[in-house]
Amino acid sequence: MFGRLTIEALPLYSAIAASGAAMVVGGALLVAIIITWLKGWMYLWKEWLTSVDHKRIGAMYIILALIMLLRGFVDAIMMRAQQAMALNNGGYLPPEHFDQIFSSHGTIMIFFMAMPFMTGLLNIAVPLQIGTRDVAFPFLNSLSLWLAASGAGLVMVSLVIGKFSTAGWTGYPPFSGIQYSPGVGVDYWIWAALISGVGSTLSGINFIVTIIKRRAPGMTLMRMTPFVWTALCTSVLMAFAFPALTVACGLLALDRLLGMHFFTNELGGNMMNYVNLFWIWGHPEVYILILPAFGVFSEVVATFSRKRLFGYESLVYATAAIALLSFTVWLHHFFTMGSSANVNAFFGITTMVIAVPTGVKVFNWLLTMYRGRITFHPSMLWTVGFIATFVIGGMTGVLLAVPPVDFLMHNTTFLVAHFHNMIIPGVLFGYLAGYMYWFPKAFGFKMNEPWGTAAFWFWIVGFYLAFMPLYVLGLMGMPRRMEQYNDPSWQPWLVAASMGAVLIMIGIACLIMQVVVSIRDRKRNADVTGDPYDGRTLEWATSSPPPVYNFAVLPEVRDREPLLDMKERGVTYAPPSAYQDIEIPKNSPVGVIMGGLSFVFGFAMVWWIWWLAILCGLAMWAAMIWRSSDDETDYVLVAEEVERLEKARYRALEAAKAARS
Amino acid sequence: MTNVTAVPGHPHSEAPHSEAGAVHEQRELGFWLYLMGDAVIFALLFMTYGIMVGNTAGGPTGKQLFSLNNAALETALLLISSTTFGFASLSSRQGNRSAVLGWLALTFLLGAGFVFLEIREFVGMIRAGAGPDRSGFLSGFFTLVGTHGTHVSVGLIWILILGAQVAIKGLRLSVTSRLFRLGLFWHFLDIAWVGIFSVVYLPGLL
Repeated sequence: MFGRLTIEALPLYSAIAASGAAMVVGGALLVAIIITWLKGWMYLWKEWLTSVDHKRIGAMYIILALIMLLRGFVDAIMMRAQQAMALNNGGYLPPEHFDQIFSSHGTIMIFFMAMPFMTGLLNIAVPLQIGTRDVAFPFLNSLSLWLAASGAGLVMVSLVIGKFSTAGWTGYPPFSGIQYSPGVGVDYWIWAALISGVGSTLSGINFIVTIIKRRAPGMTLMRMTPFVWTALCTSVLMAFAFPALTVACGLLALDRLLGMHFFTNELGGNMMNYVNLFWIWGHPEVYILILPAFGVFSEVVATFSRKRLFGYESLVYATAAIALLSFTVWLHHFFTMGSSANVNAFFGITTMVIAVPTGVKVFNWLLTMYRGRITFHPSMLWTVGFIATFVIGGMTGVLLAVPPVDFLMHNTTFLVAHFHNMIIPGVLFGYLAGYMYWFPKAFGFKMNEPWGTAAFWFWIVGFYLAFMPLYVLGLMGMPRRMEQYNDPSWQPWLVAASMGAVLIMIGIACLIMQVVVSIRDRKRNADVTGDPYDGRTLEWATSSPPPVYNFAVLPEVRDREPLLDMKERGVTYAPPSAYQDIEIPKNSPVGVIMGGLSFVFGFAMVWWIWWLAILCGLAMWAAMIWRSSDDETDYVLVAEEVERLEKARYRALEAAKAARS
Repeated sequence: MTNVTAVPGHPHSEAPHSEAGAVHEQRELGFWLYLMGDAVIFALLFMTYGIMVGNTAGGPTGKQLFSLNNAALETALLLISSTTFGFASLSSRQGNRSAVLGWLALTFLLGAGFVFLEIREFVGMIRAGAGPDRSGFLSGFFTLVGTHGTHVSVGLIWILILGAQVAIKGLRLSVTSRLFRLGLFWHFLDIAWVGIFSVVYLPGLL
C-alpha cells in the first residue's frame, strides 16, 4: 500500500536529524497559523497562488529562493562547523549525515536558490524592460513556478520523511546506483531535479518567445537592455541544456527502478557517460546562472554611475559568445576521466577562451564607472564587490583550465573555493543587487539602505574569510567533502573558514532585518513616481508596483535607453489621448494544482507507491487536457477602468511633484 | 478579435498583425523551441545508444533480435501516417471539417498500428530474455526506441483530443492553431523514427 514507506522513515534515530525535521514542520505550521490568523488563505489563493501575472510570479520565485537560501546556508554552516572541529575525531555529525548535508547544500543552492532567484528576476524585469504586458505564455509561467516549488518541496520533505542523497549534488554513479545507494536519498534528488528541470526548460522557452515576439514598437534587438540580452541568452541555454539533465537523471532513474545498465558497473554499463551527460547540462547551467547576474550589474552600474553603459555592443557580443562557448567546455569537469591529451587540451583551450569575453565585460563595467557620478546604493556596492572578487575567481578558473594543473587540484578544496568564488560574488551578489534594485518596482516602496549596506559588508568580508582559506587548503592537498581528517596543519584554516561562515550568517541576518525594517517604513519610503533612481529604461516608466497591464499604452521606443530618451524629449508621463480595452489573462488554479500533483507524484516515485504515482500522473494529464481545451483564458479590462486606474496614477504623480517643490 | 472569422482555415491566413494571429505565431515559435529541446533529448539518447551498442555483455545482439520486416512495416505505417496528417492539415486549410476528422481517424489508426507493432516487438524480446535489464546495449535500445514510442502514444492521445475539439468546436482559429502544432509534433516523430531506423535497425541487421 505504501511502497517502501514505513514508520522507520521518520528521523527519530538522531537528535540532529530530528531537530532539522522539527524545524521544517514547525516553520511550515507557523506560516500556516499566521496565514489563518490573518484570514489570508482566500487572498493568497486568489491573488497569488493562482496568479499568472509575471510580477507576482517573479515575487513568489524570489520568496522561494530566499527561503531555500536559508536552508542551504544552514547546511553550509553545519559543514564548516564540522570541519572546524573534526581533527582526529568524529566531530558532531556522523559521516552519513555529513554526506547528506553537502549533497543537499549543493542541490538546494543551484536548483532551488539560484534558479528560482534568477527566474524571479527575469519575471519581474524582462516584460517591463521590453515594454510588454506579460510574458508570451502566462499560464506556462505559473506552471514553471509550481514545478520549481514542487521540486524544492521534495528536498525539504526528505528532511522529515526518509533521508536525502549522500551522492553529492552531481549524483555520480556507480555510487548513486541502486547497488551502493539502495535508500530513497538518490531518488529524492532525481525527482527534485527532474521536476524542477522541466519547469526550467519551459521557462526558457517562455522567455525566448517573449523577448523575440513581444518587444514594444521600435525596440530593435540592439535597443534591448543588457539585462534582456542576458535573459535571452540564458533562456536559450535553459531550453537546450536542461533536456540533457532530464536525460542524465532519467537514465539514472531507469537504472535504479527497472534494473537497466546505463551506468552500472556490470553487464555493459558505462558510468562515464553519466558524467558526460550531466555536465552537458551542468556547464551551460553555470552560465545560465551568471549571465543574468551580469545583466543586473550592467543595469545597476549604468543607473548609479549616471552614464550610458560603456561599450554596449561589445557587451552584447560578449554575452552571445559566452552563451555559445558554454556548450564547448563541459569536459573540463572531468579532465581526470582519462581522455587523450589532445581532447583535454582542446577543452582546456576553449575554457580559457571563455575568459576573454568575460574580461571584456569587466572592462565595460569599469569604464562605465570611470568619470561617472557614482551613488553607492547597496546594489552598486554588490556590483563593485563583485568586480573585484570575481576577477580572482576567474583567474583561479583559468588555472584549473590547464589539464595538468587540474590533475593536481581535482576534487580538492581549491576547486570548492574556485566555484564558490564565481557563484557567490558572481551569481548571488548579482541577484541580491537585482533584488534590492527592483524591489521598489515590485512592491512600491524602497528598501532600507543601511541594512543593505551592512549585509553587503558582512557578506563580502565573510566570503573572503570563508573561501580564501579553502584555496590554501586545496594547495595543501585537502580533498573536498571530508567528514574528518588527521592533518593538524589544516585545522587553523578550517577554523578561519568557519568564522567566515559566521560573518555570512550575520550578513543574512542583516538581509532579514532589511526586509523587516523596509516593510515597517514602507509609507515613508513609498515610491510614488515609479522611478526611484531617475532610471533610464522602461521598467521605470510605469508605476510601482505596475498595474496588471503594465503599460496603458505600449511605449514607443526610439533609443537604447528609452526612458532617458523620453525624459530628454519631455514626453514622459504624458497622458494618452484615449484609452483602449486591454485583454488580460485570467488567473488559473491549474498551475498550482499541477505543481501539487507533481510533488505527490515525485514522492510516490521515491517511495515506490505505484498506485499513487499512476493516479497523480492521470490527474496531471486530465488537468493539462482540461486547460489546453480552454479557449476563454483572457478577460477584458475595459477602457473606462484603465482610464480610472491611470488617472489615479497621474493624480499621485502630481501630488508627488507638488510635495517635492 | 474581430477578424478571427475572416478566413476559417489555416492560422497563417490570419492577418499577421491581428491579436489572435500574433498569439498563434508566439505559440508556433514556442512549440518549435520545445521540439528543438526534444531533439536534444533524442540526440543524447542516440549518442548513448551509440556508446552502448557494443556492450551486449554476452547477451543477444541486434542481429539476433531485430526483424527487418517488422521495422519496415513500422516505418511504412508511420510515414504513411505523416502523409495522412498532411491531408488533415490541407483539409483544415480548406475548412472541411468532416475531411479533417476522417484524415485524423486514419492517422490515428496508422499510428496505433505502429505502437502495436512496437509493443509486440518489445514483449517478444522481453519474453525471450532480452529485456532492458539484460545488457547496456538493450537498456540503450529500449530507452531510445521506447522514448519514441511514448511520444507517438502521446501523439495518439493528442489526436483524440483534437479530433474531439474539431468535432465539438469546429475549425475555429484556436483549434486549427492546435492542429498545426500537433502536425509539427507528428512530423517531428517521423524524422526521429527515420533516425532510429537508420541508426538502430539497419546497422543492427547488416
